[in-house]
Amino acid sequence: MPGTVQSIERAAAILQVVAGSGGTLGVTDIAAAVGLPKTTAHSLLRTLLAVGFVEQDREGRYALGAGLLRLGSNHLDVNELRSRASNWADALASRSGQAVRLAALVEDRVVVVHHVFRPDDSVQVLDVGTTLPADRTALGRVLAAFAPHRSTRGAQDVARAELPAVRSQGYAVECGGFEAATGGVAAPVRGSTGLVVAAMGIAGPVDEVCDRRGAARPRLVGMVTEAAHAVSRELGWRG
Amino acid sequence: MLAVDQGTTSTRSIVFDRSGRMVAVRQREHRQWFPRPGWVEHDPMEVWANTQRTAAQALNDVAAAAGEVVALGIANQRETTVVWEKATGRPVTRAIVWQDTRTADLVTGLTARPDAGIVAERSGMDIAGYFAGPRLRWVLDHVPRARERAERGELLFGTMETWLVWNLTGGPDGGVHVTDVTNASRTSLMDVRTCAWDPDLLDFFGVPAALLPEIRPSVGQLGMATALSPAIPITGALGDQQAALFGQACFAPGEAKCTYGTGSFLLQNTGTELVRTRSGSISTVAYQLAGEPVHYALEGSVAVAGALVQWLRDGLGLIGTAPEVETLARTVEDNGGCYVVPAFSGLLAPHWRGEARGMVAGLTSYVTKGHLARAVLEATGWQTRDVVQAMAADSGLPLPALRVDGGMTTNNLLMQFVADVLDVPVVRPMVGETVSLGAAYAAGLAVGLWADVEALRRNWHRSAQWSPVPERAAQLSAEYPTWERAVALSIAWGAPYP
Repeated sequence: MPGTVQSIERAAAILQVVAGSGGTLGVTDIAAAVGLPKTTAHSLLRTLLAVGFVEQDREGRYALGAGLLRLGSNHLDVNELRSRASNWADALASRSGQAVRLAALVEDRVVVVHHVFRPDDSVQVLDVGTTLPADRTALGRVLAAFAPHRSTRGAQDVARAELPAVRSQGYAVECGGFEAATGGVAAPVRGSTGLVVAAMGIAGPVDEVCDRRGAARPRLVGMVTEAAHAVSRELGWRG
Repeated sequence: MLAVDQGTTSTRSIVFDRSGRMVAVRQREHRQWFPRPGWVEHDPMEVWANTQRTAAQALNDVAAAAGEVVALGIANQRETTVVWEKATGRPVTRAIVWQDTRTADLVTGLTARPDAGIVAERSGMDIAGYFAGPRLRWVLDHVPRARERAERGELLFGTMETWLVWNLTGGPDGGVHVTDVTNASRTSLMDVRTCAWDPDLLDFFGVPAALLPEIRPSVGQLGMATALSPAIPITGALGDQQAALFGQACFAPGEAKCTYGTGSFLLQNTGTELVRTRSGSISTVAYQLAGEPVHYALEGSVAVAGALVQWLRDGLGLIGTAPEVETLARTVEDNGGCYVVPAFSGLLAPHWRGEARGMVAGLTSYVTKGHLARAVLEATGWQTRDVVQAMAADSGLPLPALRVDGGMTTNNLLMQFVADVLDVPVVRPMVGETVSLGAAYAAGLAVGLWADVEALRRNWHRSAQWSPVPERAAQLSAEYPTWERAVALSIAWGAPYP
C-alpha cells in the first residue's frame, strides 16, 4: 500500500488484535499475532498506552483503553476543566478588570462552563450552562477555528472566512457582535494531547476592550493568551 | 506583603501587592507521621526549614529589595502543639497535630472531674482533645523529664505560629516567644474574656506557666524576622480559619465565611461581645488589633465535606476526579430520596457525637449512582445548614450572605444548593487564597499599608454569586426534617447496644 504510514498500520493491527481477544493479551501474544518483533510491538504499545488507547493490568497484560471509548465524545469533563482553570480565571479577571468565561463544545453547542464576575461588584448573574452563538462571540469563534465541529462548520459564511485569521493569530476578537455594547477577546485552551478543549476569554464594555478601529487592546490580548496558555499547561500541554 | 500559610500538609509563602493580588507563590509539603493508629505528627524542624526555604524563594521571585516587602504575616494550622528546648531550639518530640486523637482517654478523665465545668466557663469551649491544652499535658506526662524541665523554665510551648516566630526572630539567640490571641484561644488555657492565661485552667490541665508564650494581638508588632534576607518585621498572626475570616473581610457582626475543603469551617463574626453558646457552636476569638478590643466569632467545624467526594472517588470508584461528582450528580434531577450522613469518625458541630457513624438512608432500587452523587453533595449543604441554625440560635445575628472559599466552591451545583438550603446568597471572592490573604492583611494593617479594615473591605470583590431560588428554598426547608432524621439514625447506629 503506497502512501501509508507503516507504524499507524501496525498500531491499528495491534488494536484489532487486542479488541478481538475480548480480554487481555501479553506482549508476546500480541507480537506473534501481528507478526512483529517483540521489541517493536512493545514500543508501539508504549505509545498506545501513553495516549490512552490501551491499558495495562497488574500483570502487564494489555486491554483496550478508556481513551478509545472517549473518542467522539467530550474528552475533558467540563467540571474538571472549571476546577483546574479556576485560579487562572480569577487572576485574569483581577488583572484585566473584565468578566472571564470559559466555553467548551457540549453536544454541538458552545456552552459557558465557567464564569468569573467583572471585579467591580456590580450586579451580575452567573451564566454557566448558557449557549453562545458560535459565530458572533470571541469564545465561539475560537472554538469554530480550532475545534471544527458540525455546528460550527455550519456557521455563517462571513464568520467562516475569518477563521483562518483566528488560527494564525491565536486568538479571536469581537467588538460589538453578539451584544452591541460588549467586546470580547478569547484564546484556545489545549488539553494534554494538544487538542483544543475550550476557549477562555474576557468580555466587557466595547470601548474598554476594543479601540476605535475595532481592534482589541494589545494589553488585554496578552493577558488572555497568557492565561489560556497557563490553563493549557495546567491540563498537561507541553507545546 | 509576605504571608506564610503553615498548613496541615504544606507550608506556603505568598507575596501580595497593595491591592491584595498574589504576585508570587512558593509551596513545600512536609511529611505526615502516623506512628500509631490515631496519632498524627509533623517534624517541627522540617516545617521550619520549609518556611525558610519557601519564604526565600518567594522573596527571590519578586526580587525584593530591603524595605520593599514591608511586613510578614503568619497563618497556621491551629491546635498543633510543639514543645522545644529554649537553649537549643530542639523539639522534645514531634509536633502533635490537630487531627491526632491520642488524648481521648486523658480528656475522658478530665471531663469526669467535679471541677470540669470551669473549662467551658473560662475558655469558652468544652474540654475536647481537639484543642492544644490536652496535647501539651500529654507531652508533659509522656516525654521523659518534660515536666520537671518545663517547671525549671528550660522548655517552651507553642502552636505553629509561636514556633515559627521564635525561630524567625533568632531562635535560641533571642527569639521572641509569643502567640497570637486567636491561637491562644484554641488551647483551653486562656480566659476568653480577659485573653490572658488563666491560673485555674493551668492548674486544671497541670500546665506550668513557665513554658507558655506571651499572648499578643493578631495585628501588631511581634518581632523582626532576622532569619530572612532582607529582614522583615512580623506584624500579623492568626489561626488559619480566623485568617480566612479576615481575608474574606468579615469585619462586621453577622458576616460569615465558610471554607469548603476536606472538612468545612464556618466562622461568623459576633463583634466585641462574647456569645455564650448552647446550641453546639464554639465561641472563639476572631482577631484583635493592637490597642483595640477583641473581636469574637462563632465557629462550626464539620469533619467531612470534600472528604466525602474523595470517598466517592477512591472508596467507591464512581468518579475519576473530584470535580466529576458534579457531572455525575447532574445526570439526575434530585436525590431520589437518598441521604448520606458522612459521620466517618463521628460528627462535630453542632452535634458533637463522636460515636456517630456514616449512613446511607433511603435506598431503593430506584437510586442510581447519580442520586448518590447528589446526596453526597447535598450532605455538605445540609451540614452547613445544621451549623448555621445552631449559630443563629446562639448569636441571634442574621446571616446577610455566606462568603465561601476552598476547592469545592468551583462546584456550581453544590454552591447553588447551599444558597437554597440556607436561603441566603452565597458569594465567592476574587482571591480564593483567603487564609494567606488574611495573614497579609493583618500584617499590612499593622504597618499602615492599609489605613483600616474599611480599606481592606474595598479590596474584596465578588467573583461569583449564587442567589437562592425562593421555591427551591421553601422545598428544602420542608425536606430538612428528613435530613435531621438521617442524622439521628447515624447517631443511634453508633450508640452502644443496650
